[in-house]
Amino acid sequence: MLRDPAFRNSLLTFLAFAVFIVPTTFVISLGAALLVARTRVMQSFFRSVFFLPTACSYVVAALVWKMSIFSGIRSGLANAVLGWFGIDSIPWLSLAEPPWYWLVIVTARLWLQVGFYMILFLAGIQRISPTLYEAAAIDGAEGWKVFRHITLPQLRATSTAVLLLLLINAFQAFDEFYNILSTFGTYPPYARPPLVYLYYTALGSGQDFGHGSAGAVILTLIIAIVAVVQGRILRLGDRGD
Amino acid sequence: MAIVRSKRQSRITGWARYSALVAAALLFLVPFYLLVRSAFMREQDLGSPDFHWLPPVWETSNLTGLFDNPAIPMARSLLNSGLIAVTQTVGVLVVSGLAGYGLARIPYRWSNAVFYTITATLLIPAAVTFVPSFVLVSTLGWISTLRGLIIPGLFQALATFLFRQFFLGFPKEIEEAAFIDGLGYWGTFWKIVVPNSMGFVAAIGTITFIGSWNAFLWPLVIGRDQESWTVQIALSTFLTAQSVQVSQLFMAALVAIVPLLLMFLFLQRWIVEGVERTGIAGD
Repeated sequence: MLRDPAFRNSLLTFLAFAVFIVPTTFVISLGAALLVARTRVMQSFFRSVFFLPTACSYVVAALVWKMSIFSGIRSGLANAVLGWFGIDSIPWLSLAEPPWYWLVIVTARLWLQVGFYMILFLAGIQRISPTLYEAAAIDGAEGWKVFRHITLPQLRATSTAVLLLLLINAFQAFDEFYNILSTFGTYPPYARPPLVYLYYTALGSGQDFGHGSAGAVILTLIIAIVAVVQGRILRLGDRGD
Repeated sequence: MAIVRSKRQSRITGWARYSALVAAALLFLVPFYLLVRSAFMREQDLGSPDFHWLPPVWETSNLTGLFDNPAIPMARSLLNSGLIAVTQTVGVLVVSGLAGYGLARIPYRWSNAVFYTITATLLIPAAVTFVPSFVLVSTLGWISTLRGLIIPGLFQALATFLFRQFFLGFPKEIEEAAFIDGLGYWGTFWKIVVPNSMGFVAAIGTITFIGSWNAFLWPLVIGRDQESWTVQIALSTFLTAQSVQVSQLFMAALVAIVPLLLMFLFLQRWIVEGVERTGIAGD
């Protein structure tokens, strides 16, 4: 199993995907939460707009991304925007190299997920005691300093939860890969994260349940180890408090 | 002087913040706009080399054609999705609600062991169990049946965990009063606890409903025959096979998300609460 190059490739694909998606989702949802939290006028409107995609399914998002925004033709939105600047159309999904398809997959997931994590951060921000900010204001701290020394440390529990959920969800990515990359009923040999690999191994032409289950066990072990390690690293500082 | 400057500065940052928010909000609405626009475009306009901000001709026949086209089992798949989402939501609320209450309140020798066993399964990503689950369900002969689609989703460890935590915080005095009046655990649960927990029930219910309606991998694996397709599988099949008109596909997607968007707008408060609790559980 571990010597199977297709299985190892699926782990590498997951790593590449996680390296993209985990930090970007984390930063953007935290940023959105900070912006929305400080807004007085139309706060619930902005919150709703960012949160609305959560109700959307991956299939519907994949349809819009594949057939409208990143369709390879000139009338796709991304290529139309490039055209306004005189840049040639890019075949977003039909090439393995350069891997433009990553941009399509990552932005689709970002759009779907950011609202969910923004809500978690908003809840965390609202739990921070206002007296901490008052004390900081008396000390003359502003902007970035307040964020760095008050908001961020106070959000440690929320941040841990968000990172863990992001990682687990990236690990389970299937819907957008399957729906965006599969064309005319066939899936390309590259860009197969673990679940896509398992799907085609266990349920494809081979019906190899043994390999499928062995793969599942290895994946479970990996995710359990990651969860424990991450919990340790992020909470290490707690003992001093 | 310093105060004046900081006032002006805060006004500038205020404007910057609003500009960023408005820009980001517009960006987030673009996909919805494209979905609606494309659903009302003619096929030849969608394929034309020019980008259209609005449909040159508003084509409403995409909607009627969707339900007349025998190649697209739209009505059937919507019905399947509705049936599955409703039964799973009710099932999860009843099963996990009762289990959570039992674990929180009924003194029982093994209740901690049961609770930790349930919690431990949360560490295993649900999707990793899909191969063994598939083997089990296919052995039972439930492939392409509503049973196979619904029953495995009737119990959720996360919902059980959340219900237990919630009921632990329920004011015990009210329950004790009900006990004195002669209600057992069963009666207390249904007559006292549930009516006073409707906000929490709504939060878990809406989250479950959305997850069930949007579920993809399990319906893909189990729903082999067209009669057992959910609306997501119908959309995905035509998207990946590219066998129907694109404009009609957009219309189908629009029809599939309208019920959820409406529900979302009416129940947003409960959804937010449900998400917050789900996130805290992940901590």
